[in-house]
Amino acid sequence: MPIRRDKRDRYVEIEVSTPPEPLWVRCESCGELIFRQKLQENQYVCPRCGAYFFLSAQDRVASLVDGGSFVELPPPQVVEDPLGFSDQVSYKERLGRARAETGLSEAVLAGTANVQGIPVVLAVMDFRFIGGSMGVGVGEILCQAMEHALQEGKPFVLVVSSGGARVQEGVLSLLQMVKVVAAREALARAGIPYIAILTYPSTGGVLASIGSIADLTIAEEGALIGFAGPRVIEQTTGERLPPGFQTAKFALEHGMVDAVVPRAKLREELARALSVLVDER
Amino acid sequence: MNEAERLKVLEEKAAELRRLAEENGLDLSAEIAVLEQKIAELRRAIQEGLSPWGRVQLARRPDRPSGLPFVQALCDSFYELRGDRIVGDDPALRGGFAKLKGKRIAILFHQRGATPEEQRQARFGMASAQGYWKARRIMKVAARLRLPLLTLINTPGAYPGVQAEAHNIAGAIAACIWQMLQHPAPTLAVILGEGGSGGAVALAAADRVLILENATYSVISPEGAASILWKDAKFAEKAAENLKLTAQELLALGAVDEVIPEAPGGAHTDFQGTVEAVRGAVLRHLSELSALPLDELLRLRYKRYRHVGSAGGAD
Repeated sequence: MPIRRDKRDRYVEIEVSTPPEPLWVRCESCGELIFRQKLQENQYVCPRCGAYFFLSAQDRVASLVDGGSFVELPPPQVVEDPLGFSDQVSYKERLGRARAETGLSEAVLAGTANVQGIPVVLAVMDFRFIGGSMGVGVGEILCQAMEHALQEGKPFVLVVSSGGARVQEGVLSLLQMVKVVAAREALARAGIPYIAILTYPSTGGVLASIGSIADLTIAEEGALIGFAGPRVIEQTTGERLPPGFQTAKFALEHGMVDAVVPRAKLREELARALSVLVDER
Repeated sequence: MNEAERLKVLEEKAAELRRLAEENGLDLSAEIAVLEQKIAELRRAIQEGLSPWGRVQLARRPDRPSGLPFVQALCDSFYELRGDRIVGDDPALRGGFAKLKGKRIAILFHQRGATPEEQRQARFGMASAQGYWKARRIMKVAARLRLPLLTLINTPGAYPGVQAEAHNIAGAIAACIWQMLQHPAPTLAVILGEGGSGGAVALAAADRVLILENATYSVISPEGAASILWKDAKFAEKAAENLKLTAQELLALGAVDEVIPEAPGGAHTDFQGTVEAVRGAVLRHLSELSALPLDELLRLRYKRYRHVGSAGGAD
């Protein structure tokens, strides 16, 4: 799904049918037909108008780390569908579909990697997987990644792309917010640096926990950063949203992030941040 | 006539008898006692037959014991602290120092307001960024003074507004959770009414979490879940069943540690009884937690949250 801004400078999500992958993709922002391979080479940014498309966790990892250096951490075993949740579709079925569509076991992919030669533990969330939402599985992967960073003495890097807590796991999702902050506290006590990269979207329970308490926070240009989504705010309060509300620039101007960086420069920026946080080897 | 209507009729009859007895100097105590027993039985039956959605309605009642009147009844004395020391104050989330049966504590609580004017001011208990930055500040003061921290939760959720976002409400909630996990003294949360999402969990990262029998604790309101997943808020009742948000369901999931019983018709029918039940439970838990050395307290706190919902819960 690509994202773009409308005339009032807000983000709009556009539904695009994904499988089977067509050779050409239309940018819903400017209407340009883009050869898929060209879009991929441009890190899923429209070469004509600069609109950002969602990046899969796999593509995000590839865009940030040294080639061939990523090794996934073993995925943990957790109880699936702890509430036996069912809406129009059962949660088990939603999970199965998300796995088939993304090739991921959960909405976050975690492993060890090198960023311009600096070893890190990296966790990357994927919005395609049930909105990148955090339930028990995502919480557990994040905690184990932080614990691995602690054991290895490597910085922890998290790329957020999440709508928030996973509704289908109810209060257990809400309590993942406490769980990941508990693991983050252990990192802090050991003096291990934690860098967060906020992308589209960084909202809800993920932003109101692990996403907001890094030692250094970078926003990708094109990010959406906020507790409540724009629609919820408009519907609940009737307030008109100011231009540029909840953009990366808004977050920078309101003191929430340390830098705003275009996608193409993110790897370099991350390496620069890491280089001042780790000792020379 | 349904059960609620029958209850109302019985209650009116009992009131009438009491009035007659008083006005005419009659001894009707036997008749009144029979009626009161019937009322209690009926209330209990209503209680037991409540659906999750029915409990959501009870939890949201504006006359539910909570807020400042509850704190004043619960504690021997209370001194309020105001303001976040950055931009402002928030009437929806309040706190300060208190004495509870002679013991010094710090307390934080949501204020929903009883009158329409109070409710409007307190945005029905939806605290904004200032509220959570103030809560974090009070937590830090309490940490400095090594005071046990008691939080009383009753909120539909944190306030979704433009100013709240501009003042980093997400960061404030995260900071509260982090601060509470580090607190160098016992922490105890009691969910009195609605435990709504991030606005509730910000005050609930406690050593122990207690909940009143008809209170709820949920990641999202049933209406919110219904509009996201069913694309129609009319499915709220169905969502309430799926979310497992009632006290007994939360206890089974390990999300809360104890359920505090309510009066047969709900906590709002017995303010003083609710105060005493909560005070008894709070004092018991605080005294158990206070007996633990700090490193053990922190170890148990970490363990309580690290394994929430995970298969491996080993020590």
